[in-house]
Amino acid sequence: MSAVTKEQVQERVVEALASFGPDAADIAPESTFEELDIDSLDLVELAQIVEDEYGVVLKGEDMKELKTVGEAVDLITERAN
Amino acid sequence: MSELGSAPAWPPAGCALVTGGSRGIGAAIARALAQEGWPVAVNYNGSAQAAAEVVSAIEAAGGRAVALQGDVADPQVPELVFAQAEERLGVPVLALVNNAGITRDNLAPSLTDEEWDAVIATNLTGAFRFTRRALKGMMRARVGRIVNIASVSALRANPGQANYAAAKAGLVQFTRTVAVEVARRGVTVNAVAPGFIATDMTSELIGPDLLAAIPARRAGNVEEVAACVRFLVSRQASYVTGAVLTVDGGLGA
Repeated sequence: MSAVTKEQVQERVVEALASFGPDAADIAPESTFEELDIDSLDLVELAQIVEDEYGVVLKGEDMKELKTVGEAVDLITERAN
Repeated sequence: MSELGSAPAWPPAGCALVTGGSRGIGAAIARALAQEGWPVAVNYNGSAQAAAEVVSAIEAAGGRAVALQGDVADPQVPELVFAQAEERLGVPVLALVNNAGITRDNLAPSLTDEEWDAVIATNLTGAFRFTRRALKGMMRARVGRIVNIASVSALRANPGQANYAAAKAGLVQFTRTVAVEVARRGVTVNAVAPGFIATDMTSELIGPDLLAAIPARRAGNVEEVAACVRFLVSRQASYVTGAVLTVDGGLGA
């Protein structure tokens, strides 16, 4: 698999999160999932999207550690490369 | 209400998958969903010829169907069956009917580990794995219908079926829990609990004593169960989720 840039991951994560409810404009790297009203079901769906598109398997314990959008993007980018 | 005004096409751009769809209740469900316009994947385990006949009947009536072999108790099978259904029918699975079921009746003191495990593996664990796989696509599509075929034995004691009752009661509460988890994704999850339905699986059970215990004084037929599944899979059932619909001639009332 070719390398994925952090910007690509950021764009895809924001798109996915926006599909769960919040406005894309409100989603910043420092936004917490709590502020965005992103719950555990949303994070499960995000993990599935990430697995399908980047082959990165995020387990329940990985997701529990994540508090902000930026942390998720960093983890996905690191695992994908 | 805008949601009613802009009702999406139905069936949505997906197919229906019926496990254990070659005979009995499953075959009737497969035919009923095909009549509703769903392309249908008919999963079967041993009965290749019966599955082929269900497919032929659906095609003869102008529908689309494929027969897919796989033992639902095998952990590898859900992925294989979903991949084949989606490849051969060209659309994702947006309706799943977990119908495959077996009985290994025995009174609890003599129930063997093998009898217990086989019934739990097929009737409960198989339904869980198929549901988990189905939810991936349904959640993303924001639409889906899952119907689990439970049994009156889940709700009312039937001596000799401790294993079957435990599996089916587990399936009922699994249904309710998953329904609540995914409700806001437009995916409904319901159970149908048939009573005594005349099929190969029940032919030895249904005698005069049993019929006397059924308020309707007769066994049900497979079309009566399929009609309930057809409703739960319909667009009109979009607000019905976590429900258990008994189809039992009043036996559990």
